Amino acid sequence: MSVQSNEKSLQTSAAPLGRDDLAKLVARDIAPGSFVNLGIGQPTLVSNYLTEEQNITLHTENGMLGMGPEAKGDQIDGDLINAGKIPVTELPGASYFHHADSFAIMRGGHLDICVLGAFQVSATGDLANWHTGAPGAIPAVGGAMDLATGAKDVFVMMTLLTREGASKIVDACTYPITGVGCVTRVYTDKAVFLIGPDGVTVRETFGCTLEELQDLVPVPLKATPAAG
Amino acid sequence: MLNFVDSVQDAVAGIKDGSTVMIGGFGNAGQPFELIDALLECGATDLTVVNNNAGQGDQGLALLIKEGRVKKMICSFPRQSDSWHFDAKYKAGQIELELVPQGNLAERIRAAGAGIGGFFTPTGYGTMLAEGKETRFLDGKWQVFETPIHADVALIKALKADGKGNLVYRKTARNFGPIMAAAANHTIVQVSDIVPTGGLDPENIVTPGIYVNSIVKVAGSGNTAEKAA
Repeated sequence: MSVQSNEKSLQTSAAPLGRDDLAKLVARDIAPGSFVNLGIGQPTLVSNYLTEEQNITLHTENGMLGMGPEAKGDQIDGDLINAGKIPVTELPGASYFHHADSFAIMRGGHLDICVLGAFQVSATGDLANWHTGAPGAIPAVGGAMDLATGAKDVFVMMTLLTREGASKIVDACTYPITGVGCVTRVYTDKAVFLIGPDGVTVRETFGCTLEELQDLVPVPLKATPAAG
Repeated sequence: MLNFVDSVQDAVAGIKDGSTVMIGGFGNAGQPFELIDALLECGATDLTVVNNNAGQGDQGLALLIKEGRVKKMICSFPRQSDSWHFDAKYKAGQIELELVPQGNLAERIRAAGAGIGGFFTPTGYGTMLAEGKETRFLDGKWQVFETPIHADVALIKALKADGKGNLVYRKTARNFGPIMAAAANHTIVQVSDIVPTGGLDPENIVTPGIYVNSIVKVAGSGNTAEKAA
């Protein structure tokens, strides 16, 4: 993956990253010993690349810490599911708790990281990921707002551009927001963005230069010399 | 007053039209299907139902909605690939929806059971789900005032009860059971097994019997594997 031809270049990959390479990168960035919640969809892929040495504990908001991989065959038990209602397994050291305790884990700031998908992220870290706001759409929010405001770090995984080619990193969200100023990092196929009080900085790019990236994204980007 | 009843029909017989009913379960895990079927059979209508979802497939809560017994849903995640009965009622304007972030739903239920008149939380601040609600800047963050959710009745599922009504649950089927048991005036529990008083380790009781009013044994009710398949 790493083809850093020029030490000054932010470009760490000659091509945009696929979903699995992006999941691998997120997994590598999670500090050992962290308590982590992986959102439904693309973020779930991250669990495939967490190593035993990292000793990560996964939380699922329906009421469990120490969630293991998806259950297969005889392992399937209707009483043991994740937040996406997929049958899962328990690892040694797992614990179960009721819903208010499970959300206190998030809302009380005890989770180190949550990884979520998104429709849009604003330059100040506002997140939009729960509702398109389309007329007639039935809204459903689940735990998205609790995760966004409760975790110490909120990582977003998404493609940088919509199918129509519009940037999902925006000056201000046009979709209904999930949380205000909550996103700290955005992993996309074209770059990793760090969001802080100084604005949006780019940690690394994939298959494009910072200048090419800036042409796609309507908010001012800065290069960060140090990895985030 | 704790009662052990012989049938799910007897257990739900006192539920009146217009009641607010909490129903345990997250998806199918912990959903008390047999009690919901009995509620459907008993004919109570004009209900406000509190559940995380708004019914899945053609069973349980989904049927209660299909039959027009539910006037209002208070839930966090109504829209699913198989929530067709709710979707149809909602689009026809035949069911009211109060959409609540999941953690607020859980904490508002917990608050009711704990005698808390309301609380401030950062969840939802600045979003359309907090529109019209009181906000305050507390602890360095903007927070939204949320009120408790009380219920007339809770229908929940546990693995085992003892003679004092103490309950233990199974895996992630625990979900809303303990907090709904505390938040409702009358809590009805279906269990797969009733053991003699003293048959559960007091250190491992999840719901103390003080929160429980009626218990009915339903064979195989501790594991939703077959229902979920």
